[in-house]
Amino acid sequence: MSAEAGRWEPVIGLEIHVQLNTDSKMFCRCENRFGEEPNTRTCPVCLGHPGALPTINAGAVDKAIEIGLALDCDVASRCQFHRKNYFYPDSPKAYQISQYDEPICAHGHLDVDGARIGITRAHLEEDAAKLVHAGGAGGRIAGAESSVVDFNRCGTPLVEIVTEPDLRSPEQAVAFLGLLKNTLQTIGVSDCDMEKGSLRCDANVSVRRRGDSALGTKTELKNMNSFKFLGEGMAAEIERQIGLLESGEAVLQETLHYDPAQRRLHARRSKEEADDYRYFPEPDLVPLEPSRDDVERLRGGLPELPGARIARFRDELGIPAHDAVDLNATPAIAGYFEAVVAAGADPKAAADWVRNQPGAVDRVPAASLAGLIGLIAAGTITATIAKQVYGLLEADPASDPAALVEQHGLATVGDSSELDALVAQVIDSNPALVEQFRGGKDGVINALVGQVMKETRGRADARQVQELLRSRL
Amino acid sequence: MTDTSGLTAERCIELLDAREVSCRELVTAYLDRIDREDPGLHAFLRTRREAALAEADGFDRDGRTGLQGVPIALKDILCTKGEETTAGSRILAGHVPIYDGGCVSRVKAAGLVSLGKTNMDEFAMGSSTENSAFGVTRNPWDTDRVPGGSSGGSSAAVAAGFAPLALGTDTGGSIRQPAALCGVVGMKPTYGAVSRYGLIAFASSLDQIGPFALTVRDCALLLQVICGKDECDATSVELPEPIAVPDAQDLRGVRIGVPSALLEQGIEPGVRDAFDAGIRSAQGLGAEVVEVALPHAGYALPAYYLIAPAEASANLSRFDGVRYGLRCEEDGDTIIDMYGRTRAEGFGAEVKRRIMLGTYALSAGYYDAYYGMAQKVRTRIRDDFQTAFGACDLIAMPTSPTVAFRIGERVGDPWAMYASDVLTVPVNLAGLPGISLPCGLSEGLPVGFQLVGPAFAENRILSAAHALEGALGFDPRPPAAAEARA
Repeated sequence: MSAEAGRWEPVIGLEIHVQLNTDSKMFCRCENRFGEEPNTRTCPVCLGHPGALPTINAGAVDKAIEIGLALDCDVASRCQFHRKNYFYPDSPKAYQISQYDEPICAHGHLDVDGARIGITRAHLEEDAAKLVHAGGAGGRIAGAESSVVDFNRCGTPLVEIVTEPDLRSPEQAVAFLGLLKNTLQTIGVSDCDMEKGSLRCDANVSVRRRGDSALGTKTELKNMNSFKFLGEGMAAEIERQIGLLESGEAVLQETLHYDPAQRRLHARRSKEEADDYRYFPEPDLVPLEPSRDDVERLRGGLPELPGARIARFRDELGIPAHDAVDLNATPAIAGYFEAVVAAGADPKAAADWVRNQPGAVDRVPAASLAGLIGLIAAGTITATIAKQVYGLLEADPASDPAALVEQHGLATVGDSSELDALVAQVIDSNPALVEQFRGGKDGVINALVGQVMKETRGRADARQVQELLRSRL
Repeated sequence: MTDTSGLTAERCIELLDAREVSCRELVTAYLDRIDREDPGLHAFLRTRREAALAEADGFDRDGRTGLQGVPIALKDILCTKGEETTAGSRILAGHVPIYDGGCVSRVKAAGLVSLGKTNMDEFAMGSSTENSAFGVTRNPWDTDRVPGGSSGGSSAAVAAGFAPLALGTDTGGSIRQPAALCGVVGMKPTYGAVSRYGLIAFASSLDQIGPFALTVRDCALLLQVICGKDECDATSVELPEPIAVPDAQDLRGVRIGVPSALLEQGIEPGVRDAFDAGIRSAQGLGAEVVEVALPHAGYALPAYYLIAPAEASANLSRFDGVRYGLRCEEDGDTIIDMYGRTRAEGFGAEVKRRIMLGTYALSAGYYDAYYGMAQKVRTRIRDDFQTAFGACDLIAMPTSPTVAFRIGERVGDPWAMYASDVLTVPVNLAGLPGISLPCGLSEGLPVGFQLVGPAFAENRILSAAHALEGALGFDPRPPAAAEARA
């Protein structure tokens, strides 16, 4: 960090859109599925035909409440949908049914690495249709010859989650989004695939002098469709804002799009002409009044959340905090780790294996990995050999690690006559090194250990070999 | 066969049940009359002779019961699958819905035979049917005069003997006012009683579908068909009790409230006289007439002309030339140009006026002063009615302050036009049921008598209106038809 940068504090808030994985759409009975033939999952309601009316998908309401509960929000006992008016071809009614001043969930938080990040609100709305631009460069609207609309996505249930401006660095924002994604996946409300757009994140970014309490002028960053681009985009914007302020210029409130190819931000439109969405209560829907019983039923059905699981890994299994976060990168990894431990592996050893072998979760049965870890712990194989056995396991996941060790003759050359003989042999055949060692060059012992290890093809414990060598010499 | 003028749905059923006429003969009689006389009235935008006769033949062949085979006319704001539905607007000329609305489905399921779609003010915005993009409808009682609106095509059709039953929609009086001006019975049910699914929305929190007929009992028959919860309309509900066809002969024990203060100004003397005569008839039938106050009803029109345009400004935004309906000839440079041109070509002046009013009322910085305030007024009006119904069973008012006015008379003066609905709009704002039945003539033109009840008191209204109708003995046949018959 440059000296200039050190004087400034970034302030970041996120707006996250999550597509819910309900069977049907938010306000009609069309199938909610990604990747189908365009315009095959449509009806008068999601096409905005004259006379069509929305009806609320109760399953989407449940999932929105679950999100709120997972983020420690208050679930409103009464909330209202509003119309958000704007003209664009992705919006067939020319308004989006969303929530405005009465969201279904509000006032929550999610703790990431010990920092409490406030959740302002989480509200329900419908997704827009997808515009496909043909004939231009890379599917962009600029220069396209024509644009067509796929309404399959139109009406997909969305929950928009808005954070307080509590994040203080791009890294922290990315970590927050990672934990949020894991939380949403754990409760099973969305597949949270940023590439497919089922998880989308905009960032409001500003900087201020360290110690100031007032917020600086913010810009809104869009189009960051991966964790990498999110981090890069925010970092680039913070740098840009600091540069402006250091040179005495002002930050303009605007919406910026991150272009990952150029690693640059492009202004879309100035917010000086503020959009007026003319929100008003949606008269086609009656207010939503989730019963306390329903909320408690949903709360009772929630699984252990990643935040709690990270704490448990740390406090009960003795996993270092940072590793515990890594192990909760996805629900699948965390579940796999738990299965390995449940199959008898030492937690710390299991944590190292699961973190260092990202392919294991998909390829190696938890019991097999636990067996492998057990073989190391029992001294049957060395750590070096274990990697070899792991490779064999990946290639043949159905095999038993102990059987593989047996079959390939990989068991550690232990406290046996075989090792004694090898040590003696190495001493005999390296008189020069032995001479140097005896002359006081202690470091030479490592070369001798290496010779023995080479002879055993890694099947010996290096420390044990060194002890044997020292006692012989 | 039969002269269809003055022919009620109940009488149609009798004729069909007794096999005095076949469905084909009945439907043909109505269609022939439409072909003969509608060129002078323009109640219908489209008829569907072949489809209607095919349906009639089905009943003749397979047998029928109840309302099966009885003709009906549908306001052209109700989506009919495979059949053009325009809402009276150029922007929807040629639009063929891909689905039947909830109410239309019920009408079809009951076996009513649609003769066609009736004319209306564009998107139901108007009180004279002069705002139709497809030409004005004339009043069968005096063809120089309007039939009222916005459901003027439906009211004229029933009055002219083109159909025994019709459906209209009522957002601020659009069933009751044309019923009054054409001398027929029209009813707006409680908000939520009839599904709005497939009703092309004007103002969603006010719109309600309802029947036109020559008699109160016929209205009840049609209400039985159309009322009830529809899963496709979240604001629809099941009625607490089913609609009953009324047979009450008197009004003993019924307290009728008259909001006299509201009626002090702006009511034509002839209308007032006919209304007072109606009140005396009610008393003669045993009703107790009491004074009630609706202190905020005077603010109903301003509130209505903020709320309804606000909702309309959003509801009509979907007509953008992208997916259906009119698209301008030359797209222009941007999609916004295309939207602007399409909407400039497709919407009429009144619709544009209301879109602008509504957009303004919802704009940042104005919302609280306009839309927000109007909603507060609406709550007060609802409370006024609730208080009033503590002291009476039904409230009676004239339906319209005037009889049918001359075509063109109010076109240049929106406020005079809006004033047509001064006594109907409060009822919509409160979401209540109301009926208009003819109570006499003024200057040879029908006067409407409005009865308003508490929410879901449809049966109470129908019962009282039926008794009163019997005492009033109004002949619903316009003079031309009556003369021809005599």
